[in-house]
Amino acid sequence: MTPDTTDRAIIAATQSGLPLVPHPYAAIATDLGLSEDELCTRLRAMQAGGIIRRIAVAPNHYALGMTANGMSVWDVDGAQVATLGQRVGNLEFVSHCYERPRALPDWPYNLFAMIHGSSRDEVEALRQTIADILGSACQGHDILYSTRILKKTGLRLRSKKG
Amino acid sequence: MTLDDTDRLILNHLQEGFPIDPNPFQVVAKELEIPEAELIERLEVMKAARVITRFGPFYDAAAMGGAFCLCAMAIPDGEFDAVARQVNTHPEVAHNYERTHRLNMWFVLATETRDEIEEVAERIEAQTGHRVWLFPKLQEFFIRFRVAA
Repeated sequence: MTPDTTDRAIIAATQSGLPLVPHPYAAIATDLGLSEDELCTRLRAMQAGGIIRRIAVAPNHYALGMTANGMSVWDVDGAQVATLGQRVGNLEFVSHCYERPRALPDWPYNLFAMIHGSSRDEVEALRQTIADILGSACQGHDILYSTRILKKTGLRLRSKKG
Repeated sequence: MTLDDTDRLILNHLQEGFPIDPNPFQVVAKELEIPEAELIERLEVMKAARVITRFGPFYDAAAMGGAFCLCAMAIPDGEFDAVARQVNTHPEVAHNYERTHRLNMWFVLATETRDEIEEVAERIEAQTGHRVWLFPKLQEFFIRFRVAA
């Protein structure tokens, strides 16, 4: 589905979060000049259509002791990457999992999985769990640790288009 | 802040989802068997203490409009900081990390259209004299990621 003007207004009003009040949807609806019922109907439609992934709490990994993360990358047989990628995505310690194009000869990897753990050692052990799942379908792998944040800006709603 | 068992219960429960309902906190409070006012107050405290980064709808980035692409560059040590400054001046660069690999700079480009991704990448190449590798997503796998609180 494609969000219409009203949906985009709802996205803009909620992308930084819901207010912590007993009736958060009513509060947002009032701000937007909608009824609470219409707002909730549109939110449900966006959730069903995949525009809203989920409505939830995102805890700070660091505050909960998840201080280590690594971008693991894998060279996986193209015929099996869809099935195996989904198995990797289902792991609780993987926060992002994508198939991306290889860039031969510099970059043979086509599956990217971000691994989170409480230490570098734990991340390495979790990486082994993925290696075991991929088995002989994987011809090579690596892991890239971030050593510095150079820029951090959230992805925001782009302004134009209605 | 130090989290107690109730805080952890709330964090674990609300990572799974939050209802679209006129009284959503009441619904959750009933499930957790705590008063609604206490639930809201604990969420406020955890948000203020930055234990909660975000609470609300998580939108699919592409559905919010625009195009996104993971990019990488291989920058020699002596030039790294100068190139990072050049790359970061582009408003289309949304995050940028130094990573342990020959491809040592990884960032996301966010633009209005697909074509602009390549245009911005070409501008960065011309400006820095270094190649930009593009790694657009071909397929995204459903994620079950949770942090045990």
